[in-house]
Amino acid sequence: MEDTICAIATSLGVGAISIIRISGPQAIEIVNSIFSRDIRAMASHTIKYGHIVSENEQIDEVLLMLMKAPKTYTKEDIIEINCHGGLNTTNKVLELLLKNGCRLAEPGEFTKRAYLNGRINLLEAEAVGELIKAKSDSKRKLSLNQLGGNLTKKIVNIRDMLLSLMANIEVNIDYPEYTDNLVITKNLLKNKLTPIEQELKSLVKGAKYGRIVNNGLKVAIVGKPNVGKSSILNHLLDEEKAIVTDIAGTTRDIIEGTISLNGIEVTLIDTAGIHETDDVVESLGVQKSKESISNADVVLLVLDGAKPIDEEDASLLNTVPKDKTIIFVNKNDSLIEQQIATDLPIVFGNTKELNGLDELKNKLIEYFDINNINKDLTYLSNARQTDLINKASTALRDGLKNLDDGIPVDMIESNLKSCFDYLGQIIGDTYDEAVIDRLFQDFCVGK
Amino acid sequence: MNYDIIVVGAGHAGCEAAHISAFMGHKTLLLTSNIANLADMPCNPSIGGSAKGIIVREIDALGGLMGKVADRSHFQIKMLNNSKGPAVRSLRAQADKRIYPQVMRKYLDETPNLELRQGMVEDLIIENAKVCGVILDDGTKINSKAVILTTGTYLNANILIGSENTPSGPHGEKRSNNLSFKLKELGFNIKRLKTGTPQRIKASSIDFSKLKPELGDDENWTFSFDNGPLYDKNDQQKCYLVYTNAKTHQIIKDNLKKSAMYGGYATGVGPRYCPSIEDKIVRFADKERHQLFLEPESLYYDEWYLQGFSTSMPRDVQEEMVHSLDGLENAIISKYAYAIEYDAIDPMQINASLETKVITNLFTAGQINGTSGYEEAAGQGLIAGINASLKLENKEPLILKRSSAYIGVLIDDLVLKGITDPYRMLTSRAEFRLLLRHDNADIRLTPLAYEKGAIAEEKYTRLKDKLTNIARLKEVLKTNHLKITPETKKFLEDNNISVPAGNYSYDILLKRPEFNMKIVERFLDLSAFNEDVKNQVEIEYKYEGYIKNALKEKEKLDKMEEKKIPGDIDYNKIKNMASEARQKLSIIRPLTIAGASRISGVNPTDISILLIYLKKEYGKK
Repeated sequence: MEDTICAIATSLGVGAISIIRISGPQAIEIVNSIFSRDIRAMASHTIKYGHIVSENEQIDEVLLMLMKAPKTYTKEDIIEINCHGGLNTTNKVLELLLKNGCRLAEPGEFTKRAYLNGRINLLEAEAVGELIKAKSDSKRKLSLNQLGGNLTKKIVNIRDMLLSLMANIEVNIDYPEYTDNLVITKNLLKNKLTPIEQELKSLVKGAKYGRIVNNGLKVAIVGKPNVGKSSILNHLLDEEKAIVTDIAGTTRDIIEGTISLNGIEVTLIDTAGIHETDDVVESLGVQKSKESISNADVVLLVLDGAKPIDEEDASLLNTVPKDKTIIFVNKNDSLIEQQIATDLPIVFGNTKELNGLDELKNKLIEYFDINNINKDLTYLSNARQTDLINKASTALRDGLKNLDDGIPVDMIESNLKSCFDYLGQIIGDTYDEAVIDRLFQDFCVGK
Repeated sequence: MNYDIIVVGAGHAGCEAAHISAFMGHKTLLLTSNIANLADMPCNPSIGGSAKGIIVREIDALGGLMGKVADRSHFQIKMLNNSKGPAVRSLRAQADKRIYPQVMRKYLDETPNLELRQGMVEDLIIENAKVCGVILDDGTKINSKAVILTTGTYLNANILIGSENTPSGPHGEKRSNNLSFKLKELGFNIKRLKTGTPQRIKASSIDFSKLKPELGDDENWTFSFDNGPLYDKNDQQKCYLVYTNAKTHQIIKDNLKKSAMYGGYATGVGPRYCPSIEDKIVRFADKERHQLFLEPESLYYDEWYLQGFSTSMPRDVQEEMVHSLDGLENAIISKYAYAIEYDAIDPMQINASLETKVITNLFTAGQINGTSGYEEAAGQGLIAGINASLKLENKEPLILKRSSAYIGVLIDDLVLKGITDPYRMLTSRAEFRLLLRHDNADIRLTPLAYEKGAIAEEKYTRLKDKLTNIARLKEVLKTNHLKITPETKKFLEDNNISVPAGNYSYDILLKRPEFNMKIVERFLDLSAFNEDVKNQVEIEYKYEGYIKNALKEKEKLDKMEEKKIPGDIDYNKIKNMASEARQKLSIIRPLTIAGASRISGVNPTDISILLIYLKKEYGKK
């Protein structure tokens, strides 16, 4: 158990907080590299507040719980990260951990380690055996179903090109006297690899789209009571779903509806207004609104353009997540002149004359680059696949870079092999004599 | 008659096995059906080749003979892939088929504790599933504590030429008729394999003026770490390149049905890497020509080997085929090409120590284990000899890891994956080939051999000196800097080397693509260090990134290799394990968790379940 493993420990999409659990000898070192504060000297079984950061960008605001070996579930160092930023952000944190040296845990692996390290007893362990088997069977089926025909074909094609190249490099090595065979030179290899690298890059990019295609987008509509949130929802949905009145605080439950933006499913969530209230029912609604914000892919903050920005608006402007908010200034038919102090994208309009709503849709399309999502393709979608495609792409990029640095072709082949193997893991093909088979299939050599 | 160890067969595996057993102090008998054929090279007249040359270096580093004998018997040698990376460099020598066996015989004769004797083994003496000796065809019983079978292609062998099928060993030698049936009775699964060898041509009948010569290297090389070059590089024998043509292809196509393979007369499985010429023509129908090589067999007789032209066609067709080749219009064929079928055992029935799982103290090596090639055979023979000796000494066997030797890869592949066709070593089989280089075989293996008592003290001392020198050279390179002066700047510019921005130490500079040890020596006196040491250090610096990655992977694997599986484990008792995995593990019985995970059909889930079972049944480590 030399690897450090990680996984999202809470069920996906349920609850406002997601917990990522990391276990293994490098747990502290890896998390330290993506956390805003130094945790190397942190005491065991304590909690620290801070941010998950990647290249100076804050990914999420988190609470970090450190439990040092051996008094932990697995008897290894364990860190649990409480993520607050919703599913997408949690996934981002997970990807970051994978990038920095963690391996995604297999089903039941934390429990397996708990047993192997002597933490739990025999009865429990036998149950783990069943669990591992059941879960991995269903996981295998799941991941096979998740990959569409087009994507599989793409990966198969890339692997086939790599295989040809590797077999050719190998035949040059193992049968150098056969000078009739094509010799893979540095330049030839570079020419062949460059388009493959492009293809992999597009797959990496596609992995991000994959989540959007699979899960759709969530838009949370927030704002003070009676600024027209429900009207916006209704007009976008073209149906009277939310009860629209002039009385502030009408919307007490979360009201949802789904529209299709250029083929992408967008779920709109109308929240209760966020404000201080003594009404018990209404305060529940306020609580839910806050959760919706953290779970949403984008927050639509609605302001009343007919009224000056008040304290409540200003506090909303401050609390909405800076990285995923669009402002809609409603009631622009009776707009008063004022400065709205924000860098966030702003759309003006009003729900009475249906003004500005198309512009809002376009903003969303632009924001998620929806027009560039190729819907014929099934994208890589889960963290495991994303991790593997990233690794495959990195391996090939390293190969190209080293080629420029004068590393010989037969060593670059090890980068091709890594790339080939990672791609193989995505489609579940890990036969290890592929290169040798191809060599004797493609080349006529031997005494 | 009583011996510690009897080795059956005096081919490349047998010679190594017998020599090392005797060297390690055990009274050894080497039995062969014909002493005149000791260390015979029945096929190609060369030792080494890609990957195989590295195996020869490993054999030398472990105390074997093949490298030393080849160094004393070749008439041409070259470093293959010299222009490629250091990991794939490998020596190949054209060994003289007459001299090689003579030199080998001399080494064996000089080995104390070793007796050589003629005799055909047809049975084994077995008591309680333990081998206690052998029985010859005349009924003579010879007792021993251990037996090593290195029977080559002699078990139940048949020679095929066209539709002719003759019970015979290679070049008309007597075959062993009964041994493979006895092995089957004992519980071995017998496989039928096939290999082939091309025509031999009388040199005087070849028109060399029409052929392109192939020369040896203009640099001196040796296989052995123990001796310097023993030949004159300016006096090497040429080989020649020949091409097939449209006429050759037509003759083969017209006569396809007459070949043993296409006519359906053969039953054995032939090696993929050794296709017959008819196979090549059929499978690569669009190729206009195929390369062939003419190589002298010996400087002491008039016969050349036509590499690439092996076939099971009848003799009259072979005549036509050979005469269609440029330069061979009037060639006299002194030996026709033939295919040979022989029996082998299933290597999944042997342990990584090369002791069989079926019979205690019985070891097997070489073609009987399903491999092909002199070097593959010799490597196994050496390991079988070392491990038979260690077994008699009640010591742990020498098991080479995949990450430390090609021989380790070879044996690991054999015992865990089995074979479908004869196994040849290829560089791509070694996932750690960057670590398994020609240049560092001694560093990798000599300490292991020393620990097991397989090499002499002085060989180990030489290695220690080399390691000391490597460390010293590294220190020199680290502590000296290239000062950028007008002179040094001019030198670099004149040689198209980008001028460093400051005064860097030489170890840093060596990592740059355009720097090498030769350039360093323009500025720094390194005359205290030999080429071997300089080469080693240069490789370590130059490919540091790749080597580091490989070492990291090696470390991971080594840790898994440390997790041993107890020998008495009953896989049927493990709940939840998939039945395919259970079956495979029960047959193969891998020694470590790492080995188990390399078996096809055993997936990570099964490994998890196995780990949990081990913990439960065998408690804390």
